[in-house]
Amino acid sequence: MSQSSTKPAFNWEDPFSLETQLTEEERMIRDAAHDYCQGQLKPRVLEANRKEIFHTEIMQELGELGLLGSTLPEQYGGSAVNYVCYGLVAREVERVDSGYRSAMSVQSSLVMHPIYAYGTEEQRMKYLPKLASGEWIGCFGLTEPDVGSDPNNMKTRATKTDGGYVLKGAKMWITNSPVSDVFVVWAKLDGVVRGFILEKGMEGLSAPKIEGKFSLRASITGEIVMEDVFVPDENILPGVEGLAGPFGCLNKARYGIAWGSLGAAEFCWHASRQYTLDRIQFQRPLAANQLIQKKLADMQTEISLGLQGCLQMGRLMDEGRCPVELISLLKRNNCGKALDIARVSRDMHGGNGISDEFDVIRHVMNLEAVNTYEGTHDVHALILGRAQTGIQAFF
Amino acid sequence: MKVLVAIKRVVDANVKVRVKADNSAVELANIKMAINPFCEIAIEEAIRLKEKGHASEVLVVSIGPDTCQEQLRTALALGADRALQIKTDESPEPLAVAKLLKAVVDQEQPGMVILGKQSIDGDNNQTGQMLAALTGMPQGTFASEVAIEGDALQVTREIDGGLQKVSLKLPAVVTTDLRLNEPRYASLPNIMKAKRKPLETQTPEDLGIDISPRLTVLEVTNPPERAAGIKVGSVSELVEKLKNDAGVL
Repeated sequence: MSQSSTKPAFNWEDPFSLETQLTEEERMIRDAAHDYCQGQLKPRVLEANRKEIFHTEIMQELGELGLLGSTLPEQYGGSAVNYVCYGLVAREVERVDSGYRSAMSVQSSLVMHPIYAYGTEEQRMKYLPKLASGEWIGCFGLTEPDVGSDPNNMKTRATKTDGGYVLKGAKMWITNSPVSDVFVVWAKLDGVVRGFILEKGMEGLSAPKIEGKFSLRASITGEIVMEDVFVPDENILPGVEGLAGPFGCLNKARYGIAWGSLGAAEFCWHASRQYTLDRIQFQRPLAANQLIQKKLADMQTEISLGLQGCLQMGRLMDEGRCPVELISLLKRNNCGKALDIARVSRDMHGGNGISDEFDVIRHVMNLEAVNTYEGTHDVHALILGRAQTGIQAFF
Repeated sequence: MKVLVAIKRVVDANVKVRVKADNSAVELANIKMAINPFCEIAIEEAIRLKEKGHASEVLVVSIGPDTCQEQLRTALALGADRALQIKTDESPEPLAVAKLLKAVVDQEQPGMVILGKQSIDGDNNQTGQMLAALTGMPQGTFASEVAIEGDALQVTREIDGGLQKVSLKLPAVVTTDLRLNEPRYASLPNIMKAKRKPLETQTPEDLGIDISPRLTVLEVTNPPERAAGIKVGSVSELVEKLKNDAGVL
């Protein structure tokens, strides 16, 4: 159909026309993820969040659709899609809940990615197809009770022994750990950080659930406790030594978070717009007020700028030209902005905003964690500060 | 048996449709488009027939500009085997669509044609019936259940006040209603594989069909806004209003 007017139409939901910057395949993948998330995840999230339930069957559903480790080659159970697709999927999943996106990110970027990037062919064939189908659930152990932003000071130790290694230590805030079959754990061996693949049932290995979380309640979080766990020789990741290992994984995960957090923000923005259009006070919609419109304009601006940044980051990633500092920039910016947007959206919903039936309070709670994990807002600022001054301000 | 499925690219069901400023049509620029939901049900039914071993091949056809290839690719990702685009920049009316599909039927000789009962843009609900008339095939419209028994097709139809079962001789035309099935989601590996499935293009001229419109659209407008209701104080006032103002008593 031809356009009758010459004035270009403004699409308030998509000011930069992201739609037309994507390929047909990228749009199809985005739409498939959107339909699944809205049709199958959304109906479950209210109860899951309220009662703190992680529906583990979701991992199999994600696996069936090819959403776990989707960027990996087909022979390992991946779908060989590009990083733009991975980002678009993260955005759709997190539009429903950051907890579901966390479970997907951990499995894809923090468990499957290191096994693919640093593992042997035997390790790849043993673990990746079952992780891709969701039959096995995986987790990633880096953070410790006393070690967060400074992983080089980790306390977990590996000691060489006959036929393998003995691991001793504890990991904290581990997404998926209580339900995990596979644990990618980072420990110091002779002073050097190394990666190990642990399996459920190994003697001395336990993963108690962390109770009392007010964030990411639809996803399960626990510890990993290793009391002299024997890990056979074939379970060390041979391909990497030092912090480059875990950081390589975290960069991939942070990339997904930069996209995903905007999905949560978009939900809150759209919900605020609709709520303030529908709610009549003083005989007119709340949206007729300048204060409200200003907030909506801020949300629209931050989200659409952030998405445009994500798309360019994804294109660079697919060309192998994306610097880690750019991932820090967008992880920091988008998580911080998403949290602000969710809080303002909560405010715009008035009293209803504190009810989980309206979803925005859940996003506020979730984004508190998303803004913190995988590099806090502040520590990413210091990475960017170092990158432009040459001076490291964190020690 | 080959199954032919006809699909249409329409404005996504979740988009709030806006009328163009000059009232000539609905705004389509930068709007999210999707497979018509009833057509999606048709694709799903054809794929299920194939999975049950009743169909050997699922051919999906769409009529429109090159943008409709996106919907054909989605159908291929869902499980159709090959796709045919009948390329035109016009928006053919139901009779022209039915004539084009008849030409495809003549060419492909499918054992069954499945279509959505209507598309959510035009809401005409005519194409399937017209196609049945043009081809002489029996029709089972508004299907909520389809079963193949021998060379007969049992179709349960949703009609006013209940269900009607009809037995059709194949080849036949089926149009889908909402409750026939719940379409699956396309998986990422299948979306990637869809690129490698064949997608052929023909034109109405190739098929020898005149698609020039028989109808003229005069104006497209929003439905009138519903006026606010009133509260009445008593039954007698209600009766009085119904009698004198509404004129229904």
